Amino acid sequence: MAPTATDRHGPPAAGRWRPLAGETLTPSGVPSATVAAVSGLTAATAGPEEPLVLARGLVKRFGDFEAVRGIDVEVRRGEAFGFLGPNGAGKTSTMRMIAAVSTVTGGTLRVLGMDPATDGPAIRGRLGVCPQDDTLDSELTVRENLLVYGRFFGLSRAECARRADELLGFVQLTDKVNARVEELSGGLKRRLTIARSLVNEPELLMLDEPTTGLDPQARHLVWDRLFRLKQRGTTLLLTTHYMDEAEQLCDRLVVIDDGVIVAEGSPATLIREHSTREVCELRFEVDDHEQVAAKVSDLAERVEVLPDRVLLYADNGEAVAQAVHERGLSPRGTLVRRSSLEDVFLRLTGRSLVE
Amino acid sequence: MTSTDLRILPRRAGATPAWPLVERNVVVYRRDWVIFVTGFLEPLLYLLSIGVGIEQLVGEFVLPDGRAVSYTEFVAPAMLAASAMNGALFDTTFGVFFKLRYQKVYDGVLATPLRPRDVAMGELAFALMRASLYAVAFVVVMAALGLVSSWWALLAAPAAVLIGFAFGGAGMALTTWMRSWQDFDFITLAILPMFLFSATFFPLERYPGAMQWVVQATPLYQGVVLCRGLSTGALGWDMCVAVAYLLALGSLGLVVASRRFGQLLLR
Amino acid sequence: MAGDVTSRTTKRSPGRRPGGRQGRPPGPLLRQVDHWAVRWRRTWRGSAITNFALPVLYLLAMGVGLGSYVDDGGASRALGGVAYLDFLAPGLLATTVFQNAVGASTWPVMGAIKWDKTYHAMLATPLRVRDILLGTLAYIAARLALTAAVFLMVLVAFGVAASAWSVLALPAAVLVGMAHSTPIVAYAAWLDRETGFMLLYRLGVVPMFLFSGAFFPVAQLPDPLQWLAQLMPLYHGVELVRGLVLGAPEAWPDLVHVAYLVVWLIVGGWFADRLLARRLGGR
Repeated sequence: MAPTATDRHGPPAAGRWRPLAGETLTPSGVPSATVAAVSGLTAATAGPEEPLVLARGLVKRFGDFEAVRGIDVEVRRGEAFGFLGPNGAGKTSTMRMIAAVSTVTGGTLRVLGMDPATDGPAIRGRLGVCPQDDTLDSELTVRENLLVYGRFFGLSRAECARRADELLGFVQLTDKVNARVEELSGGLKRRLTIARSLVNEPELLMLDEPTTGLDPQARHLVWDRLFRLKQRGTTLLLTTHYMDEAEQLCDRLVVIDDGVIVAEGSPATLIREHSTREVCELRFEVDDHEQVAAKVSDLAERVEVLPDRVLLYADNGEAVAQAVHERGLSPRGTLVRRSSLEDVFLRLTGRSLVE
Repeated sequence: MTSTDLRILPRRAGATPAWPLVERNVVVYRRDWVIFVTGFLEPLLYLLSIGVGIEQLVGEFVLPDGRAVSYTEFVAPAMLAASAMNGALFDTTFGVFFKLRYQKVYDGVLATPLRPRDVAMGELAFALMRASLYAVAFVVVMAALGLVSSWWALLAAPAAVLIGFAFGGAGMALTTWMRSWQDFDFITLAILPMFLFSATFFPLERYPGAMQWVVQATPLYQGVVLCRGLSTGALGWDMCVAVAYLLALGSLGLVVASRRFGQLLLR
Repeated sequence: MAGDVTSRTTKRSPGRRPGGRQGRPPGPLLRQVDHWAVRWRRTWRGSAITNFALPVLYLLAMGVGLGSYVDDGGASRALGGVAYLDFLAPGLLATTVFQNAVGASTWPVMGAIKWDKTYHAMLATPLRVRDILLGTLAYIAARLALTAAVFLMVLVAFGVAASAWSVLALPAAVLVGMAHSTPIVAYAAWLDRETGFMLLYRLGVVPMFLFSGAFFPVAQLPDPLQWLAQLMPLYHGVELVRGLVLGAPEAWPDLVHVAYLVVWLIVGGWFADRLLARRLGGR
């Protein structure tokens, strides 16, 4: 079962590998990650210096399956913290434990200075949760979703109404207040879910794959709203398997794979530590890129062979591309780009993030 | 009244954590008020068809205390009990299953300070609020048609709510084990014989000896005993047994449902 | 995966049909057989139990239990000279098939339009709306036939269906069910939200079930209500099935009952076709 260089890249099914170029778009008009004054909120139980989330050796088992295998996490007030990893890495299980809706199998977990096992309702009262599969109430209208949800937190009806109107403005759903949830598109539903998760003015906002399944335009709108929240000082904890999302939103992130943390740091640090500055991507008209890779491997610091292309890691990508052409090789496509978290993940796990 | 006005309900946020869930159901039902209103109709239609149709074919019945009553007078309290059972079961089985498995309402609810037992209590409380309105209306109609012969009949409405509590709790507990809509056939298979054989349409004495024991063991029979005793004024100690039985069944159901919600939703 | 399918499709020579078999392609109804068979396999077990248990329980409680009081009360003249069990049983056959027809024509149809979108998937093939409608109706009819057959066997066991003519009650009962199925499929195709089905049950199905002459003769109803009851197709269904189970068919009034039911079937079918086409936005 010793993995070779190629089979570590996952099943060689053509077409499953998404082009990286399309994924490194930067959201236009979004301010760079400047964060973030500690918000005025001070928790009764967690002091300002104490982390909002503190996990040590956290484990989650479902029967024989170990979804989370001993991870350490520390989320500080005011930061945007991300879990980056492929589907099934254990991100959602971790998030559910932190949200106090899933029992901890092993290790210790403190959320807002409290123990989820005993203080679940108190913790949940101060968290905002935006689950991946919007658990909106399809029998209610857009506004009713916020009103009813606010009541679950013990807010008065007047307060619910005030916050509902404010939040619907924030997520730009003011013209949809009386629409039924089932009439909304995926992007609008996600925005409503975000509004709903803010109704109790949470100290920590948790977002599980906030833009998965959304079209590019809807993604940018969601990102923009999350940026504004970040600037206001809301602590964000999010999972994603999109590296552009992690790069745009997160001050600090952990790369999680197969239930364990494989790296931790800011996006820039991770790229600097685990990849080169640039990447040269080559696509050839061949069935097996492995043969081509052998001819160019000496040109780069590191070579990754994918089913449909070869990645050459180097600080000067253009120079590598030039050298390839000088060897008389003529790839069907050549792309030189900056390294991204995708490359970090590939380096650390030998697998792709998006499958 | 705007669609978001909740003022018809008492201002009690925080008093019981389960209360907002009741409010949620009221908001939904207010849009479907036609469904709510026509809910009165079904048991009345049954009563009418028995009064107009079967009574003319059957004639009179003799109660345990020797009094002769019309057939409709005999069946009406059983219809009250059966419709309380059906109404509560509808909300706590189909309704809860839909929200639990398809709509995922409770996943959202449990991300707030509410606990699994608040979900169970909120759903049951709403079912019983609805059931009590229907029960009161039914008892009023019974009185108007001259089908009650005692002031005790006033207590038949709360008795019907108690029946709703018993079946609602038990039904909700069973619903947590349902995997698909097909599984509801089993609930139908349990309800139908109870509806037909719990001394609803003819007295217990009509059954052969051993069968009488089986009939008496069913919760609907206990409910019928209670309602019939109150509406006819023929009271007996067996009615205390019935109250205890129904209270125990409903409480057990509520406890089991709370635990199961926790197991299913807080994994 | 998606790439595989596309490449296979483009490689196929233009004359060949999917499946690659030679000869005439199966008709639009036959092409749906597998689809509906899968649905049947998934649900038949539960419905078989209900199909059998329901008539047995009803006949025991109402026919035998309550029946003994009715017969003691000397009501047999009002019932046309038969015991209450004999009066009730064929009526229950008709109303049970009717109720099953309603059940199969409401939520499943709306589900195929709105929730599972099965109809949309079928429309993406060469099938037309009318083919899908006929497939749906054929499936419902097949299920009703099973229900009626089991019910008839129970009637034989109870000694109610004594004459050989009773066999005709099977197609008659299916006709009763389908006369209600087509207009209700039309309603389901028109309806936006499922709350409309609750109204259909409370304002239509329950009153029809109770007052169409299955449990007591409609002659006992006061005049205007009696006329109303006789306008309901279910009344004709109950009368038709009762006549066939208890005796031989008679041209009058059986042909009138059949004709009236067929009118409902056809008019309902016409509406179902129009409304389903409008709803699915195609032909």
